Amino acid sequence: MTENAGAASGPLYTLNDLSKAYTRGRESITIFEKLDMQIANGDFIAIMGPSGSGKTTLLNLLGGIDRPSSGEVIFQDQRIDNLSQGALAKWRSNHVGFIFQFYNLMPTLTAAQNVELPLLLTRLSGKERKRRVQTALEVVGLGERSNHRPRQLSGGQQQRVGIARAIVADPEVLLCDEPTGDLDRATADEILETLQLLNNDLGKTIIMVTHDPAAAKYARRELHLDKGRFLEKGGA
Amino acid sequence: MNDLTLIRKGVFRKKVRATLLILSILVAFLIFGVLGAVNAAFGAGVDTAAANRLVTVNKINFTLSMPYAYYGRVRQVDGVENVTHANWFGGYYQEPRNFVQSFAVEPATYLAAYPELQFGEGQAEAFINTRDCLAVGADLLTQFEDWELGRRIPVRSNIWRQQDGSDTWEFEICAVFDGEQDNVPANYAFFHYEYYNEALQFGSDEIGWMVINTTDPSVNDQVIADIDEMFVNSRAESETTTEGAFNQAFVEQFGNIGMILTLVISAAFATILMIVGTTMFLAISERTREIAVLKTLGFSQPRIFTHVLSESVLLSLIGGLIGLGLAALFVSVAAAALSAFLPGLSMSTETILTAVAIMIGFGLITGLVPAINAMRVQIVDGLSKS
Repeated sequence: MTENAGAASGPLYTLNDLSKAYTRGRESITIFEKLDMQIANGDFIAIMGPSGSGKTTLLNLLGGIDRPSSGEVIFQDQRIDNLSQGALAKWRSNHVGFIFQFYNLMPTLTAAQNVELPLLLTRLSGKERKRRVQTALEVVGLGERSNHRPRQLSGGQQQRVGIARAIVADPEVLLCDEPTGDLDRATADEILETLQLLNNDLGKTIIMVTHDPAAAKYARRELHLDKGRFLEKGGA
Repeated sequence: MNDLTLIRKGVFRKKVRATLLILSILVAFLIFGVLGAVNAAFGAGVDTAAANRLVTVNKINFTLSMPYAYYGRVRQVDGVENVTHANWFGGYYQEPRNFVQSFAVEPATYLAAYPELQFGEGQAEAFINTRDCLAVGADLLTQFEDWELGRRIPVRSNIWRQQDGSDTWEFEICAVFDGEQDNVPANYAFFHYEYYNEALQFGSDEIGWMVINTTDPSVNDQVIADIDEMFVNSRAESETTTEGAFNQAFVEQFGNIGMILTLVISAAFATILMIVGTTMFLAISERTREIAVLKTLGFSQPRIFTHVLSESVLLSLIGGLIGLGLAALFVSVAAAALSAFLPGLSMSTETILTAVAIMIGFGLITGLVPAINAMRVQIVDGLSKS
């Protein structure tokens, strides 16, 4: 099945004949089979679907943290599904920002140090790293909380730190796995508005997995994944 | 922030656990440092032995004496440069608990045999020329408040008697010596053989052992063979060895000190290795999700491996260096108190370097399995851990 989720410009991602199956004991479980898809640069896609439909698996394949059983994942004309572990790690640090449902911040580090983590993989000077961290924290409205540790922050604030960490290295794409799944409605809306701002104003391509129809409405486009197939609905 | 910050934060992620681990490692290296210094002190005689110095004793046992005439005969052996002799006096000052390790020696040849003994100006000559002079080691001198240069003191023997039945020899402290290096013992005294021998009630004209300086270490074997062959089938057959071998045998009277200390240290390390290794393994397992996040962000497998291994080495170095520091402190205090009984008690550079090497090795061993596990964490599995 082919799904064109393209927006304004050429494809950022191209998925060709993508299949993913897990083996559990002697049983092979197919998540999806021969999936074709294109995602344009600058798009904001919400991927929805029932549990077990493969939303997170698809996100993991797009993020290069899992490998397909067969098929191709092409990012900006570069095939990434066959890269080595080391090359994939480097590719992730250069191109992708991850936002998790449970924030996944390092508890021993301050907000600023958490945000700085991806920059440790760059050759930037300490001064430049500090400047970028401060900018990222200000973008998400946490400029004054840089020295707080995660446990000193609310859930919404922790997710903002997570967003700052995802954008600090200026990646082209943000992959968000249920970014508001652990937040109340009001806080979730604030986070989603921030994501929308990153998409509209900074041109970040955002691919968000969510169960929440209200969250999906912030996306330009909604894709429903069910039984290994995409069903498209109109976005916000 | 840099990688070292992450490593440091990783070590102290749980402060109580980190403190207990550091304490465990500290104890191991405290034991290592102290026992290492004790072992070195016991082996100081072996270390300071001269390559061209031989010792001849009675073949039956070194506590049995040999005829004085042997001294003259050994001087005639080819390859012998200098010969001296000594007798064990077994002295004490005033009370038996004030032990004075002392020997009756032939003065001039004794000083020639031990050029590493350093005397104040004119004191060596004073010792040679004064019949009742007692040459006292600097460490021994500090044991008795009333001992000083020029003072007359009585030293009693728990073995020997004078012809008048007295067990006391009067001496004048006319020379004080020290070793040219710290590991040369200076915890004993010696005096003229003649002064001692002429007064003896029994056992006169006997010598305890001889110290021979050869012209060159290469002739040692020949000289040893010649000396021992000379006294074959006599009433006191001799046994000649190098000074190093003699000192080693002397130390081993008390048991194989090195082996005992090695076993104690090994047992301590093995126990702590298992404790620290297991704890590190569990500590890293607890952080599977964090490691998966770091890998998601782009941290490579080698970098993760290095981080975890560095945490383990850092932990080991912190505990080990504190333990070694405390051991050095303990040894320096003990050295002052035990200088007369265990001279040369100090923490050597070799002990310190060995300890640091063990710390690094210890850290690498305890961190290796956790580091490999961390490196192998699958991101998808790690992120799904609660």
